[in-house]
Amino acid sequence: MQLAGKQRIWAEYQKEVPDDHFFYVRSCIRQTFFPGSEQIFLKIMRDDLGKDVKEDPRHTTCTGIGYHGDVVPFETISTVVARQFSLATEAGYKNIAISCVTSFGIYTEILETWKHFPELLAQTRDSLYKATGRTFELPESIAHASDIIYKFRDEIARKAKVNLADVTTGKPLKVVEHIGCHYAKMFPKHGFGGAEFPHVLIGMVESWGGEIIDYPERRHCCGFGFRQYLVQANRGYSLSASRKKFESMEPYQPDMIVANCPGCAMFMDRWQYVIKESDGIAYGVSGTGIPVLTYEEMAGLVLGYDPWILGMQYHNVQSLSLLRKMGIKADPARRFLAKDGSRLPEPANLVNG
Amino acid sequence: MKTNSKHVVVAGGGVAGMEAAGALAELGHTVSLVEKEQNPGGHLLQWHALFPDHRPANEVKYYLNKRIENENITIFTGIGVEKIRHHGNEVTVTLTDGTAINADAAIIATGFDLFDARRKEEYGYGIYDNVITSAELEDMFTAGKVTTADGRAPARVGLIHCVGSRDEKVNNNHCSKVCCVTAVKQAIEIRKQLPESEVFCFYMDMRMYGPYYEELYRESQEVYNVNFIRGKVSEASVNINNRLVIKVEDTLAGRPLKMELDLMVLMVGMEMSQSGTRLAEASGLKRGINRFFETGDHHFGNNLSDLRGVFYAGTCTAPMNITDTISHARAAVAETVRYLNGR
Repeated sequence: MQLAGKQRIWAEYQKEVPDDHFFYVRSCIRQTFFPGSEQIFLKIMRDDLGKDVKEDPRHTTCTGIGYHGDVVPFETISTVVARQFSLATEAGYKNIAISCVTSFGIYTEILETWKHFPELLAQTRDSLYKATGRTFELPESIAHASDIIYKFRDEIARKAKVNLADVTTGKPLKVVEHIGCHYAKMFPKHGFGGAEFPHVLIGMVESWGGEIIDYPERRHCCGFGFRQYLVQANRGYSLSASRKKFESMEPYQPDMIVANCPGCAMFMDRWQYVIKESDGIAYGVSGTGIPVLTYEEMAGLVLGYDPWILGMQYHNVQSLSLLRKMGIKADPARRFLAKDGSRLPEPANLVNG
Repeated sequence: MKTNSKHVVVAGGGVAGMEAAGALAELGHTVSLVEKEQNPGGHLLQWHALFPDHRPANEVKYYLNKRIENENITIFTGIGVEKIRHHGNEVTVTLTDGTAINADAAIIATGFDLFDARRKEEYGYGIYDNVITSAELEDMFTAGKVTTADGRAPARVGLIHCVGSRDEKVNNNHCSKVCCVTAVKQAIEIRKQLPESEVFCFYMDMRMYGPYYEELYRESQEVYNVNFIRGKVSEASVNINNRLVIKVEDTLAGRPLKMELDLMVLMVGMEMSQSGTRLAEASGLKRGINRFFETGDHHFGNNLSDLRGVFYAGTCTAPMNITDTISHARAAVAETVRYLNGR
């Protein structure tokens, strides 16, 4: 493997991410499955990096899952996205920060479509105005939230409390990175590192002391694939896609998986549980599961946030052994305690218990 | 200079340029042959053996070198042609060092560039150790040893056709014509050198258009057991043993295929040369949608440029093999002489 070859590609696919003043649009599934991730992103941005990030509670789903499930037409989704832009315009923000990779793909696709077919932009403006009385300006920039963390990765590294390393041996953790397909596969120029060798998560992992695993099924879909999962009869597809990845990464004995797409993190986490339950197979070292982290959780751990505040206890694959390896003190007894000390619901049959 | 002798500048000292220069000199004309590299010969210099008969490339090099051993030819090497301008009955050829040569006519033979395989990022050229180009494989043949990066004899080799050709994603719709038969030739050479190896060609269509190409294709299967799989490689990666893993859609079997390889050879196609592109832009010469020089007429003006007194020879107009390049260069000479005689 020649690193210089990858570095050449990484240098080729760079993009401008603004320094400050972001209008943040959340993800339907990230805030559902990984409830701490978006909160910690905002906290890191505001408290650790001192950035201005605006949220508007009136913003809605982008309807991307419905769009890719063929139940929401393009005219509708582009009007929904135009409404988000309208909220940003109203608040005086020109930089959109997008939590979800599906949404990022949607926003990118719509902006590219409007660029090439201005009549569709005019039609969307008309539809939005008729439906809501709103107008909007096109954003000056859109970035996936992982792009923003990537941009500030070295600043985060300077503030790090913990490295992505084995605290006992000092060796880097072996990390599998998984990039959501809609981050760069549709529009390579809009992703750090392009589509074939994306750098957005590698940059974070390496800046924070970890070591990346490049394994044969690295580019393969996580198994979300919208209709693979949304149509119940197709779920075997979803499961087999994830399984293919796990089997491919297993020989490298990864310590963790990190993803920038909430769907990917969710499926690679959930299907490990399903495979463990159905076949008794786990793909980590010594029969354990491989913890799957969102990049916000990974950044949060590096910055010293409490894993239980990050919401890591709500993963199917638990990460206690990983936390111990990193030297993070996390009391298992506090995992499912709310702030007021009351007990939260505790999932059964967690992998790595 | 003889009374009826004219002066012609030939831009480019590859196969076409050497043949054109030789043919013009043979007819008694004075030739300035300008080659940007240190030695004439072009891409042929890198070739070990030629299709369809495995003739040593040295034989053709020898022929071409003899061709330009003529007192009428002055060779400029290590210098390119920047611009050609027509005025009155003359052309002025400006070289990259600023030298201006006035002549009666010019032949452009700036050839082609090999497609930069790094642009097909999914194949991992320049990243994975055992992904090489067809040109680099020729170097191995010349050295007499086909090996992996760590010096082992590869047990399984894959040759990937159409790398940078017939590919909208890299803005090359054209077929480079010679890659299919080159792959067949190289597959046979690998099997000759490494009889224990398995060799697979991954192709879209087998374009065996030239004399004896089809026979070579048949021989590769019947005698050398080369495997041909109709399907494009979608991606390459490496496994924990640093062995290449490729994904292919086998379109005849109608199913996806995953295979491990020790060596993957990218059959890189032809593109308009960068030097030709610069020359075209500086001289106001038209280029076609394939970005090669656009000739006056596809059928009966295939050596004519849109600049009076300037003619094209060889692969600066489109991909072609050595046989066709030599014929095209001779035709360019015929057109040039007709022009010179008719002024």
